Amino acid sequence: MKFTLKIWRQDGPQDPGGIRTYELDEVSEDMSFLEMLDVLNEQLIAGDEEPIVFDHDCREGICGSCDLMINGEAHGPEVTTTCQLHMRSFHDGETITVEPWRATAFPVIKDLMVDRSAFDRIIASGGFVSVNTGAAPDAHATPVPKENADRAFDVATCIGCGACVAACPNGSASLFLGAKITHLGELPQGQAERDSRVAGMVAQHDHEGFGGCTNIGECTSACPKGIPLDVISQLNKDLRTAIKHGH
Amino acid sequence: MALTGLIFVGYVLAHMYGNLKAFAGEAAFNGYAEHLRELGEPLLPYSGFLWIARVVLLASLVLHVYAAVTLWRRARAARTTKYVVKKNKHSSVSSHWMRWGGLTLLLFIVWHLLNFTVGKVNPQGGPTNNPYQLMVDSFEVWWLTLIYLVAMVALGLHLHHGVWSAGQTLGLTNSVRQRVLWKRAGLVLAVVVAGGFSLVPISVLLGVIS
Amino acid sequence: MTDTLKTSDPASPDDPQRHDDAAGYYVPGEPLTGREHAPDGPLEERWSKRVFEARIVNPANRRKVSVIVVGTGLAGGSAAATLGEAGYQVKSFCYQDSPRRAHSIAAQGGINGAKNYKGDGDSVQRLFYDTIKGGDYRSRESNVYRLAEVSASIIDQCVAQGVPFAREYGGLLDNRSFGGVQVSRTFYARGQTGQQLLIGAYQALERQVGAGTVEMFTRHEMLELVVVDGRARGIIARDMVTGEIETHLADTVVLASGGYGNVFFLSTNAMGCNVTATWRAHRKGAYMANPCYTQIHPTCIPVSGAHQSKLTLMSESLRNDGRIWVPKDAKDADKDPREIPEDDRDYYLERIYPAFGNLVPRDIASRQAKNMCDEGRGVGPEVDGVRRGVYLDFADAIERLGRKAVESKYGNLFDMYARITGEDPYEVPMRIYPAVHYVMGGLWVDYDLQASIPGLFVAGEANFSDHGANRLGASALMQGLADGYFVLPNTIRDYLADSPFDKITEDHPAVVEARQAVQARIDHFMTTKGTRSVDSYHRELGNIMWEYCGMERTEDGLKKAIDLIRTLKDDFWRNVKVLGSADTVNQSLEKAGRVADFLELGELMCIDALNRRESCGGHFRAESQTEDGEALRHDDQYAYVAAWEWAGEGQAPVLHKEDLVYEFTEMKQRSYK
Ligand SMILES: Cc1cc2nc3c(=O)[nH]c(=O)nc-3n(C[C@H](O)[C@H](O)[C@H](O)COP(=O)(O)OP(=O)(O)OC[C@H]3O[C@@H](n4cnc5c(N)ncnc54)[C@H](O)[C@@H]3O)c2cc1C
Ligand code: HEM
Ligand code: SF4
Ligand code: FES
Repeated sequence: MKFTLKIWRQDGPQDPGGIRTYELDEVSEDMSFLEMLDVLNEQLIAGDEEPIVFDHDCREGICGSCDLMINGEAHGPEVTTTCQLHMRSFHDGETITVEPWRATAFPVIKDLMVDRSAFDRIIASGGFVSVNTGAAPDAHATPVPKENADRAFDVATCIGCGACVAACPNGSASLFLGAKITHLGELPQGQAERDSRVAGMVAQHDHEGFGGCTNIGECTSACPKGIPLDVISQLNKDLRTAIKHGH
Repeated sequence: MALTGLIFVGYVLAHMYGNLKAFAGEAAFNGYAEHLRELGEPLLPYSGFLWIARVVLLASLVLHVYAAVTLWRRARAARTTKYVVKKNKHSSVSSHWMRWGGLTLLLFIVWHLLNFTVGKVNPQGGPTNNPYQLMVDSFEVWWLTLIYLVAMVALGLHLHHGVWSAGQTLGLTNSVRQRVLWKRAGLVLAVVVAGGFSLVPISVLLGVIS
Repeated sequence: MTDTLKTSDPASPDDPQRHDDAAGYYVPGEPLTGREHAPDGPLEERWSKRVFEARIVNPANRRKVSVIVVGTGLAGGSAAATLGEAGYQVKSFCYQDSPRRAHSIAAQGGINGAKNYKGDGDSVQRLFYDTIKGGDYRSRESNVYRLAEVSASIIDQCVAQGVPFAREYGGLLDNRSFGGVQVSRTFYARGQTGQQLLIGAYQALERQVGAGTVEMFTRHEMLELVVVDGRARGIIARDMVTGEIETHLADTVVLASGGYGNVFFLSTNAMGCNVTATWRAHRKGAYMANPCYTQIHPTCIPVSGAHQSKLTLMSESLRNDGRIWVPKDAKDADKDPREIPEDDRDYYLERIYPAFGNLVPRDIASRQAKNMCDEGRGVGPEVDGVRRGVYLDFADAIERLGRKAVESKYGNLFDMYARITGEDPYEVPMRIYPAVHYVMGGLWVDYDLQASIPGLFVAGEANFSDHGANRLGASALMQGLADGYFVLPNTIRDYLADSPFDKITEDHPAVVEARQAVQARIDHFMTTKGTRSVDSYHRELGNIMWEYCGMERTEDGLKKAIDLIRTLKDDFWRNVKVLGSADTVNQSLEKAGRVADFLELGELMCIDALNRRESCGGHFRAESQTEDGEALRHDDQYAYVAAWEWAGEGQAPVLHKEDLVYEFTEMKQRSYK
């Protein structure tokens, strides 16, 4: 297969950056999108051009490192991560535009790499259960209804990739927030800090410069883990309760 | 935002009901307008209820617009560099039209109030103290009806997303059932309200009401 | 090192039974005991005795005691969080943009815990025994017992953190049997157990970041260890965004930097997994133990072409219902498998191991797959002239159980397979091939997890671990969390009871020297202006390792590999091409540093494999097999941990042996026939 690649290149945070166009031939349809970029990078290196910088690590769809906007879709045309997207999802001769996530809270570091540490700070503001090591009761002390455990798991699969933010017209991270709120809120272990958690995390979210949610739903369709929109409803509900309780 | 929005929903429903009285004739329509003023008597003075409603609505409007502007500004600040290519995958048209549609509504509301409530402009130079007459005279002018209809499209879109969105914002859409319910409510309200309001001017234009 | 139990005499030349394949490649050193800090007495009392004996740092002083933790995987994340909770001043490092992305996240299957919730006769004793046996009698009894003992607390801790383990309808935790053991002791969260456990540890870590006890350094790569007066006192790290070379000093250093499977280039490890942190410590005096012990996992998706950058594991559970086969005749290799009649298929595992069939242990399943492909009967696309793949066929299972049942059991794995290969496994048999998955080797540590450099502690896959020559399924997660939550925080305090140590500053000669070494290496890469990309070297090293130090190793092959690696290394240092600058993100530069260390590690792995002329666990020496081709251990000669000391650039490494003494278990030869 053959592709015309329009890729965002930006030397550093201060550089204005811009799209550069590359031609790539002999791409196998079995290549993952990132392997295709590897091949392009080898070609660039051979031609003494600096390779394209992009984040990636596990390449199996679980670490949440990879984060490319491909033809205007976060993680590209399939519901999966960029690293699990394969070239067979494109047609021969296609022009593919690749950009970094765009959000003020995710500043570009270089080329396609952005800084998503805002997510860590949101978690540090309440996305946990305060239980010191060794202080835990027996695991069977509190049974958890299977329904709750299953819902908790479903939303705990969020990989923190940021596609929801990238896709959201408002640049909001509500899906990410809601996933954590719902995960811990479904479990008895998460109840004690329920109010302070949501209050703390939402405050940090807003402080980081993410936008407000208007329930458009682009986030959930971009989410490689299929986190549903109802976590945002849960988030709002918990927030309302927390405010009622004086947070 | 959700609360003020839902207050509007309640209001437009009542308002639409009132408008539809036009089909019952001049007396019923004007009687209804009069009835509004007498509502709550003798607990409230004449026009008391109407004034309370007006104050609540005005306050809601201010809050609603304030919240909308805040959201809009936050969204702009949250993404200062635009994508070169950006697709929307599964979101509804109405959800993307909330802001421009809202602005349309705001302009419409101002004009509408000038037309019927505050300024009372009768484009045909007829009486302005007879609500029914004012209405008929207005909608006989095709471009006034057109403006009105455009506003109703905006209102329909706004409600279609707005009602569902309010459910989300209030945390009432936590299960599949609830989500379907709220989405449907949005659709039904959008069609009923936009449709209901549109009936009157269309009928006037077509001469069904005169 | 004192208190030798039995002096082992390496390769006494007069003993004809003794081979010394690696003669000339190494220098014999003093034996090790590994028994420092390991209390005596009954096995089940040792750990509590150690916990009691380990001194406590006065809570008021802890704020003044600083700890560096490199790595935020299960081991490092849990250690940093726990040390932060205890009140130490912790600095935590990872090379990813967030601690949540450490490769522990990718573990699928589950985590063992001796809870006996199923009432099926499990116990600490049984988990201990299974682990010792699974490790082919190449691990320490005391360590393994401790691991089994704390396993139950891990589950409690994780549940309390909100880890959403699978549950039954009654609301209690579900367990499954995993990795061929007879009891159900594996806790799991669908196919994403590692992710859920890591997120638990990550949240605990972020909580401490919020509380101000842990300072987080993401996108920071440790490039050197700082050793002052014989003690580990800090690290030199590169800020991968600004390129700045930073010095971080502390009272003690913990390395939890994961495994080095990427020395094979293709593995199931993440792209960034590396040996740099531990290798730099090794060069500063920390011994590297059993580096050749590698676990090769049989059910991975085969290589599809020269572009392949990594391999993907599919859960071993697939072997419960799938049948593995290759065509009897090599000529059928490119036929549509559905058109190959039953009689022309060779269900080789069922044929060779009628009792266990497709459920033989990982190493056997892997090696036989290689044998089939070497015979030319492999299937799938030809890569470099060989077809490397065997069929894993669900046709029978679909017929027997129905497509629905197969779907509900393996649906997500089938989807993953389909996404990667573009083939529908419900219609066409899957193709699988073994891939490097885990390394049992790592930095040598004593019972306290302290390396041979005082003040350097090593946890998780980075240490040479409790798994002996082979790790059981669902035991790496257990070990990582055992180390981080329960073992290390208890043992490190004994060391820290003597702290704070003398204050050192950045102009201390040892610090300056370490910084300069890092700078010099970077300068070298930036100025070499060679002609070959870093990846091309890495790929070539990987090929050498896979070919000669992979599933089957021979004396000749290993010697050849050592030569090839040395030549490659030479060329690498003269001819590598790194573009761009060192003061911004430079992924080629990062990789160059890692490949440089892999090249040295690869050589040591080959030497270690060469030295160990026996087959045990994941290490198979063709010279040591039974008549029917099964692994043959030589307990009389090799029941030891091989701990290698760096002797300097271009010098043969020094081998220290730590004898493994079995007081409570009897060493048996494995048999799966
Ligand atoms: C695909 C796969 C599936 C698996 N499935 C299972 C399973 O089901 N059950 C099981 O028990 N085990 C399983 N394992 C094994 C297990 O996941 C790992 O052994 C274990 O998670 C390792 O944890 P760790 O904390 O030691 O290292 P890791 O999680 O690898 O963490 C390493 C950390 O060190 C950091 N680091 C590394 N080098 C540097 C450096 N130079 N400078 C700074 N930081 C550095 C990294 O950023 C990272 O934070 C699996 C492994 C793989 C690859
Ligand atoms: C004055 C003119 C109006 C303006 C400028 C306006 C603007 C907006 C905006 C910008 C939003 C934000 C949600 C989004 O972007 O998706 C919104 C939400 C909403 N609006 Fe309006 N609107 C107006 C009038 C109305 C009227 C007349 C109604 C009712 C009939 C209404 C009902 C709603 C509802 C229910 C919501 C959803 C609230 C939520 O999500 O919490 N609005 N409006
Ligand atoms: S909610 Fe989905 S899209 Fe957002 S960070 Fe989590 S996994 Fe990524
Ligand atoms: S690289 Fe880990 S999810 Fe894509």
